[in-house]
Amino acid sequence: MIEKILRGGKRYWLLVSGLLLFMAVGLAAYLQQWNTGLTVTGLSRDISWGLYIANFTFFVGVAASAVMLVIPYYLHNGKEFRRIIILGEFMAVAACLVAITFILVDLGQPARVFNIILYPSPGSIIFWDMVVLTIYLLLNIVLGWVALDAEYKEVPPPAWLKPLAIVSIVWAVSIHTITAFIYAGLAARLFWLTALLAPRFLASAFASGPALLILLALAMKKWGDFDPGDRSLDMVAKIVAYAIIITLFFLLMEVFTVFYSQVPEAMAHFQYLLFGLDGHYGLVPWAWTSILLACSAIVLLVIPSLRKNHGILALACAAVFVSIWIDKGLGLVIPGFVPSPLGEITEYKPTMLEILITAGVWAMGGLILTLLFKVVVSIRQGKQQADWL
Amino acid sequence: MYDKGKIIGGLAIFLCLASFPVWYMAASGKADYHPDPVLPAGENQCVESAQYMREYHMQLMQQWRDQSVRQGDSIYISSDNRTFDINLTGTCLKCHPSKAEFCDRCHNYTGTAPNCWDCHNVPPVKAPQQGTE
Amino acid sequence: MNIDRRSFLKLTALGLLALAAKPAIDLISKPSAARALNGPAAGKRLAMAIDLKACTAKNGCIDCIAACHRVHNVPDIGNRKEDIKWLWETGYDQAFPDQENKFAAQPLQDRRVLVLCNHCDNPPCVKVCPTQATWKRDDGIVMMDYHRCIGCRYCMAACPYGSRSFNWRDPRPYIKVIDDGYPTRTKGVVEKCNFCEERLVDGLQPACVEACTSGALTFGDLKPGTGLYRLVSSEFNLCRKAELGTLPQVYYLL
Repeated sequence: MIEKILRGGKRYWLLVSGLLLFMAVGLAAYLQQWNTGLTVTGLSRDISWGLYIANFTFFVGVAASAVMLVIPYYLHNGKEFRRIIILGEFMAVAACLVAITFILVDLGQPARVFNIILYPSPGSIIFWDMVVLTIYLLLNIVLGWVALDAEYKEVPPPAWLKPLAIVSIVWAVSIHTITAFIYAGLAARLFWLTALLAPRFLASAFASGPALLILLALAMKKWGDFDPGDRSLDMVAKIVAYAIIITLFFLLMEVFTVFYSQVPEAMAHFQYLLFGLDGHYGLVPWAWTSILLACSAIVLLVIPSLRKNHGILALACAAVFVSIWIDKGLGLVIPGFVPSPLGEITEYKPTMLEILITAGVWAMGGLILTLLFKVVVSIRQGKQQADWL
Repeated sequence: MYDKGKIIGGLAIFLCLASFPVWYMAASGKADYHPDPVLPAGENQCVESAQYMREYHMQLMQQWRDQSVRQGDSIYISSDNRTFDINLTGTCLKCHPSKAEFCDRCHNYTGTAPNCWDCHNVPPVKAPQQGTE
Repeated sequence: MNIDRRSFLKLTALGLLALAAKPAIDLISKPSAARALNGPAAGKRLAMAIDLKACTAKNGCIDCIAACHRVHNVPDIGNRKEDIKWLWETGYDQAFPDQENKFAAQPLQDRRVLVLCNHCDNPPCVKVCPTQATWKRDDGIVMMDYHRCIGCRYCMAACPYGSRSFNWRDPRPYIKVIDDGYPTRTKGVVEKCNFCEERLVDGLQPACVEACTSGALTFGDLKPGTGLYRLVSSEFNLCRKAELGTLPQVYYLL
C-alpha cells in the first residue's frame, strides 16, 4: 500500500515539495540551535518553556482527538463515520509524531534522550508521557494500517481490531490527562495547579482535533476527489461545537475562582494573561483574540444553516483551531511562568529561528499526513496510478 | 544476463571504490602508522596497567563518574591496592597534562570525540613535557 | 524457498530485533545507583541558616556570591535572561512573596535576602526529573548530575524558588578565570547550588560560608545538639514558601 505515495499528480508533488522545503529550512535552523544552544530561542531563566512545549501540548491534544471518531464508530455503530475514521487515526499518528518531535527539539541535550529509557523514573510525569505517547502512536499506526489493508483487500478487518480500538479510546484520554499532569502537579506554578486542567485539556482537544479533521476532510473533498460524507462531517462539527462550548465554560470557571477569591498569587497569572500586569501586556491581544475566535465559532457552529454551509464550517473550524492553539499553547505555558517565583516579570517573544524550527516540525507533520492520506485516497479510488490532486 | 558488460564493469568500479582505503594505505606506505601518545616520564604505572587502560579506560571513567557523582564516593582503590582520588583534571591530567600530546593522539586517529572536555578543565600545560608537576 | 519478498523482509526485521534483544535487556537492567554515601558527609542532615540582621548585603557586600561563583566556574553571561546564578540577593518581598504585610517593620523590608537552592527535604524538582539527573542524597543535599541531564528543564518549572539556572549557551567564554578544582558545565544542562559537596569531602566549609565576613551564614548538621540546631530552634526564623510542603532546609533568621 505504501507504494501509493510514489505516484501522484502535479498538485500532490507541489504540496510534498513545499512541505519538504519548510522541513529543510527548519532543519537548517535546528542545526544552528544544536551548535549554539537554546540561546537562539527567546527563552530565559524565568520563562524556561515556550513555543516548543506549547506546540507539544497542543498537538498531544490533536492526537487524542481521534477518539472522538473511534467512540461513535466502534462503540455506537455510527456507520456514517466509516469513511473518515481512517483520517482520524492517521491524523493522530501525524500529531503524535509532531508532539514527540517538539519535545526533542526543546531538549538542551537531545543526544541524551535515551536516558529516559535507561534510567526510568516512575515519579516523573514526563517519563510516563513518553511511555503512553509511544504506545498510542503504535496503537494508531496498527489500527489505521490494518483497517486500511483490510479495505484494500476487500475483506473484513481481523477480529482483534475492535478490542484494540476500544483500548485506544482509553489510551487517548490517558495521553492527554498525563500531559495535563505534567503541569497540574507542580505546586510551584499556581496557574497550572488546578484539578480542572486535565478536563480543560480534554475539552479543548476534542474541539481542536476534530476541527482540524473537518478542515482536512473539506480540503480533500475540494482537491482530493474524496467525499467524506456530509452527514459524518455534520456530526463531527456538532462534536466540535459542544467541545468548544465546554472549553469556554471551563475557562470561565477558572476566571471566576481566581478573581472572586482574589488570592494574589493565583490572580497575578490570569491578570497578566487577560489584562496585563505591571506594564507588561505581551499576551493580552492574543488572549482576547482566542476568546473572540471561540465565541464566533460557537455561533457559527450552533446554527444549523450556518454549520451545514461548508464554507462557513471551514471558517468556524479554522477559528476553533487557532483559538485553542493560542489558549492551550502560549496562553497556557507563558502565564505559568509570569510572574516568576520571586514575583518578577520577564516577557517572552519567540525568535525567528524558533519560529522556523516550529514551522519545520509542522511541515513534517503535514508531510506525514499528506503521505498517509495519499495512500487512503489512492486505495479508495481503486486506481493504480491515482490522479489525486 | 542482460547488459552483461555494463553490470560487470559497474561492479568492478564499485569494488575498486569500496576497497579504496585498503589499497591506498598499502600503496602510500602509511599502513604501519599507529598513534604514539606521549607517555609521562617518571611514573611507571597508571591507575591500572597500561594494557588494561588501553582497553578499558572508557569503562573505568564511567565507573569513576558514577561512583564519585552519584554515590558520593571519591576514593578509588586500584587492583594493586593503591588509592586514588577520583578526579579527571586532578588525577588523570596530573600525569598526562597535555591533552593534545596524549589523549588526542589516539582519539584523533580512531575518529572518536569524547565530550568530557566540554566540561572538565584542561589546565594549560605549564612546562615542556617533563612528566609530572 | 517459497517466500514472498514482503514476508522475507518482515522475517529479517524480526530477526534483527531479536538480535538486539539481549543487548537491550542488558542495558536497561543495570542496577540503579545506590544513594548511600561513604564520604565524610555520611549520616548528616545538612542545612543552612542565614541571619538577615547580620548580613551586610544591604551595604553592597557580595563576598559570598563572588566566592561561590568563582569556585564553581559560574559564568557571567551578562544579560538577565540567560543569567546563571547559584546564590544571589534579592528584596524581602521577592524572597517571601507570601508574607504580604504592608505594615511589616521597615528594617525588615530593607533587608536584602540571600536566596539559593533550599535543598528541600521534599524536593519537587527531584520528583519530576525524568532521568534522575537530580536526586536527594542521604546527607540532605539535592545533587545534580550534569552528565545525565537532558536539559528538559522540568525541574526549573517545578522549583517554587527559582533556584535553578539553565545553560542556554556554552558557558566557557563567559568565565573570567577557570578554577581547576571544579568542572565547568556545557550548554544544555541545568545547574544550581550544590552546598559545595566537593568541598565537604575535603572537610571544608561551603565557599559562601567561608567567605562571609559578617558571620551571617551558618552551615552544618541539623541534628539535635549541634550548633546549627541550637541556632535555628532558639531564634525566630522563616522558610520560603513553607506552605507548599517542600520542607526547605535554608532557615532565615530575621
